[in-house]
Amino acid sequence: MPRGDLIASPILWVGIFFVALLFGMPLLTPLFEWTFPGVTPPVFERGSFFSLWLSHAGLVLVASGAAAILGIALAIFVTRPAGRDFRPLVSTLAAVGQTFPPAAVLALAVPALGFGARPTIIALFLYGLLPIIENAIAGLDGVPPATREAARGMGLSSWQLLRDVDLPLAAPVILAGVRVSVTIAIGTATIGSTVGALTLGTPIFDGLAANKLPFVIQGAVLVALFAILTDMWFARLERWLQVPGTQPVV
Amino acid sequence: MIELDHVVKRYEGRPVVDDLSLTVPAGAFCVLLGPSGCGKSTTLRMMNRLVPFDAGTIRIAGDDVRVVPEEALRRRIGYAIQSIGLFPHWSVEDNIGTVPRLLNWPRVRIRDRVTELLELLRLDAEAYRHKYPHQLSGGEQQRIGVARALAADPELLLMDEPFGAVDPITRDALQSEIARIHAATKKTIVFVTHDIEEALRLASVIAILERGRLAQWGTPIDIVEHPVSQFVRDFVGGDGSGLKLLGLRRIAERMRPGETAAGDPISADASLRDALAAMTEHHTDRLPVVNTAGSRVGVITLADLVR
Repeated sequence: MPRGDLIASPILWVGIFFVALLFGMPLLTPLFEWTFPGVTPPVFERGSFFSLWLSHAGLVLVASGAAAILGIALAIFVTRPAGRDFRPLVSTLAAVGQTFPPAAVLALAVPALGFGARPTIIALFLYGLLPIIENAIAGLDGVPPATREAARGMGLSSWQLLRDVDLPLAAPVILAGVRVSVTIAIGTATIGSTVGALTLGTPIFDGLAANKLPFVIQGAVLVALFAILTDMWFARLERWLQVPGTQPVV
Repeated sequence: MIELDHVVKRYEGRPVVDDLSLTVPAGAFCVLLGPSGCGKSTTLRMMNRLVPFDAGTIRIAGDDVRVVPEEALRRRIGYAIQSIGLFPHWSVEDNIGTVPRLLNWPRVRIRDRVTELLELLRLDAEAYRHKYPHQLSGGEQQRIGVARALAADPELLLMDEPFGAVDPITRDALQSEIARIHAATKKTIVFVTHDIEEALRLASVIAILERGRLAQWGTPIDIVEHPVSQFVRDFVGGDGSGLKLLGLRRIAERMRPGETAAGDPISADASLRDALAAMTEHHTDRLPVVNTAGSRVGVITLADLVR
């Protein structure tokens, strides 16, 4: 991307702000002391924000990555002639995954998997699957029939049709689903802290438990910025994948 | 070139192509003509196996289409459709190069072939090769669709109402292009349309289909002069068929060589219908006729038209 474009875009400035807060939060100690007198320490210090973010991002990456791989694979399968019969089943299962509140999944998963990252990843994975599957199916369905007919008529194999026509044309819509899923997962991952996963939710829940409002604010602001930044990055990726002459997927 | 031998296609038990046999000779411009639902598109799509058939045999250049692997079969057959189906994410060059790429042609050869085809379709190669489909008009898109179908120099070209969705002026231009391309390349073309005028203009041979069966097979003049059934008579236009016949005959067939007349001359290659139009326009019953070189070779009179 052109350099001027990057400088003019808010993604750079939001990014700088986020990184600055991630590493420089202790420097704001006087501000929090002044705003919330009597809270000690005024800035969360049970772990560095950077290590919390690293763990948070890792959980989201694993859960959303797995959801994206499985979700897109299932969508491809049910939009091929061989898998068409499984389409209602896959849609229903994905919808059921979405209706389970992540908190309930956590509560159910802890006895089986113990405390920590694993139940959190399972909850995020299940919760994130539906938007990915739904968008991927919609994107693959939206490939113009004339284009597929012409492609088959010219002798593209099923695999070439998928790789050269279906996936590139569906990519913006598929990516929009991944974007929604990842953004939700970043916010939802915070509740992983209630079962012992390290996330940017840890200061939030510590703050709530100990009635320390500054901790809640520090965690919440970083999570929000992280989510916004990721969303912006996906928007950029979508524009890059956009099919010439079409409107961007919102 | 293409032989259909007792071919049957049923949808839910109902035959849409019913024991159809026909042979399209190599180099022919064969138009499959008929009303909606007569099975003409289905017949075309069985030739490249986009539609499987239930009985009978189809052979292309002697090869049973069911024996050749379907992708290999389709790569040697050009295919153009009404909805065109250009790849919106690929440039004109990449669209036209689709089949050559599938056949692993070297890049330079593909590039040269794209240039050659754009010129054949009268589009400026350098101006168009890097454009995307959304930057083209409907007529230009269909030209690219035709160029793409011709890309790997297929022995056979299948066209399913390719000019059905463009405006009349563009359609006229595209019909001239495909007639010229057929004359220049001598490729076998099978062309589906429901437009009798288009069929009479382009075809060297017409197959009229009626509910999945062959109603009549013959040259355009045969079909207009000697329709074999009321269905064919109605379809080729009943009362209007006199004008259609005039449209099918060249002035050269009826002119009086050696005589001369005053007024604007007309080309010997023009149709008798063009002559009638010119006479009406100029309020005359005699027109001088010129050959392609522009020298006067005779006259055509009103009486000659109806002889």
